[in-house]
Amino acid sequence: MIAANTLVKWFGAKLAVDAVSFTVAKGEVLGFLGPNGAGKSTTMRMLTGYLPPTSGTISIGGHHLEDDGLAARALVGYLPENAPVYPEMSVTGFLRFAAEARGLWGKERNLAVERVIETCFLEPIRRQTIETLSKGYRHRTCLAQCLLHDPPVLVMDEPTDGLDPNQKHEVRNLIRRMGADKAIILSTHILEEVDAVCSRAIVIDRGRLVANGTPAELRARSASAGQVRVRLQGPAAKEAAAALRALDGAAAAVVDAESAAGITLIVSPDPRDGRRPNLGPAVAALVAARHWTCDELRVEEGRLDEFFRAVTVPDTKREEKG
Amino acid sequence: MSCSRTRNVWAVCKRELGGYFTSPVAYVFIIIFLVLAGFFTFNVGAFFARGEAGLGAFLIWHPWLYLFLVPAVGMRLWAEERKAGTLELLLTMPLTTWQAILGKFLAAWLVLALALALTFPIVITVCTLGDPDKGVMACGYLGSLLLAGAYLAVSSMTSAMSRNQVVSFILSVVICLFLLLAGWPPVTGMLVNWAPAWLVDGVAAFSVMPWFDNLQKGVVDSRGLLYFLSLILFALFTTGVILRGRRTN
Ligand SMILES: Nc1ncnc2c1ncn2[C@@H]1O[C@H](COP(=O)(O)OP(=O)(O)OP(=O)(O)O)[C@@H](O)[C@H]1O
Ligand SMILES: [Mg+2]
Repeated sequence: MIAANTLVKWFGAKLAVDAVSFTVAKGEVLGFLGPNGAGKSTTMRMLTGYLPPTSGTISIGGHHLEDDGLAARALVGYLPENAPVYPEMSVTGFLRFAAEARGLWGKERNLAVERVIETCFLEPIRRQTIETLSKGYRHRTCLAQCLLHDPPVLVMDEPTDGLDPNQKHEVRNLIRRMGADKAIILSTHILEEVDAVCSRAIVIDRGRLVANGTPAELRARSASAGQVRVRLQGPAAKEAAAALRALDGAAAAVVDAESAAGITLIVSPDPRDGRRPNLGPAVAALVAARHWTCDELRVEEGRLDEFFRAVTVPDTKREEKG
Repeated sequence: MSCSRTRNVWAVCKRELGGYFTSPVAYVFIIIFLVLAGFFTFNVGAFFARGEAGLGAFLIWHPWLYLFLVPAVGMRLWAEERKAGTLELLLTMPLTTWQAILGKFLAAWLVLALALALTFPIVITVCTLGDPDKGVMACGYLGSLLLAGAYLAVSSMTSAMSRNQVVSFILSVVICLFLLLAGWPPVTGMLVNWAPAWLVDGVAAFSVMPWFDNLQKGVVDSRGLLYFLSLILFALFTTGVILRGRRTN
């Protein structure tokens, strides 16, 4: 549905997006991750036709954005960053306008407006002037606007920004539901959200695409992925660590904590051919053979935040590295 | 297709009109316009003392009233959208930039036209006191409306240039003042002494004044209409170019 090919965007002498390519198919929810200023919003603005890319091509549903912009834009629902809305209008008035601008008039328009008022829970404030709404409601009004024409492509820049926990939950459910038959791109700073809704995620750092994969794949690439955590009663810490370290495929075993409840050790796998061996069974077998008592044994899946930190450069270090 | 184009323009225009009347902009503009028009016509222009059956004393002030009032309405056209971020919303909808520009322009022009229409009591006064030429009066109103449109298109252009409304107001006042003075006899009189005739004519040809004067006298000149329409189209077209350009940085 969405194909972006080597997108580049210069703002004057500043390179905001540097050769980013990706595709999103129908039924996929793609999460955009990246530190502040990475170029997520800029990429989305190019996808929706607001900013022309300096070079590179975009096609939406087979329509090229430069040649056939209207047809391409008609397929897209866009929630811009900070959810801009016309302050002096009423919620219904705004949604009616958005429907008309998308070619829905008369009865069709009214049905569409009623539908999104229901999906975005705007009923209690439908007659209120947007100016007087709270931030979360304003955000939901703008979210409603992008769903009006039931578009096959959704581009949402931080869709849950400013929503309360209940609404975050509702909106995530909504996105997951819609993800079944749409192509969705969303950006977020909340990593749990990636797990909750995204079928794939890409990480952008200083304009460059640094990772692209399913949340599980990205997580598996973090440092802690494949580590085994065991809590043992009985053996001395040193002895246990030495025995674990000697296991086939283990790179290290360190004592993480020692308490009355036992000693906790972390065994790290030794990556071979780029793959990390699963140490779980070996550790369990060792524990059984030595007759240690074990009340916890867990193979770490890896953590997204760890992966995120590893592939992006934090603001504070940017000057030295960049 | 052309139906959907018109509908797109109408969607934008309708939204804008709603915006004018839910905010004080339209009311303030209309009231100030009527008060000032009345003041200049009756107090400064000595409407009754002239003893003419016509709108001369009334219409003559319009170029000067519009000079400040129209940019005040027009300065918000794009600057406000840009500031609120709604420009991003508007321009990513399946509308062309041109449709958005035209819709917004027409809405503002309608507000100006409404203010002008509300000066109808003066027409009634003239008609009851004397026996004016109705055609000349209609032409005078047409001239005033076209002039307001021309200023508005210029304001739309300057509004697209800057996100700061004060800057766009000042720019459009200056440009409108140039359009006004380029053909004003004192200015052309000054030029005539030292500049070649073609230059004087060239500068004067830019001016709205001769065309406005003609219409006031009841002369509907196709060149005059062409002048106003091409000025409006040129300024709106430039608005589009600026909007497209300003998006890139
Ligand atoms: N109109 C503009 N003019 C100049 N530079 C810009 C403009 N818009 C964005 N940039 C720059 O481009 C870079 C990317 O900005 P962008 O808004 O895409 O970041 P982001 O990933 O969305 O960040 P955030 O997480 O804070 O929303 C930033 O360095 C920003 O300063
Ligand atoms: Mg952003």
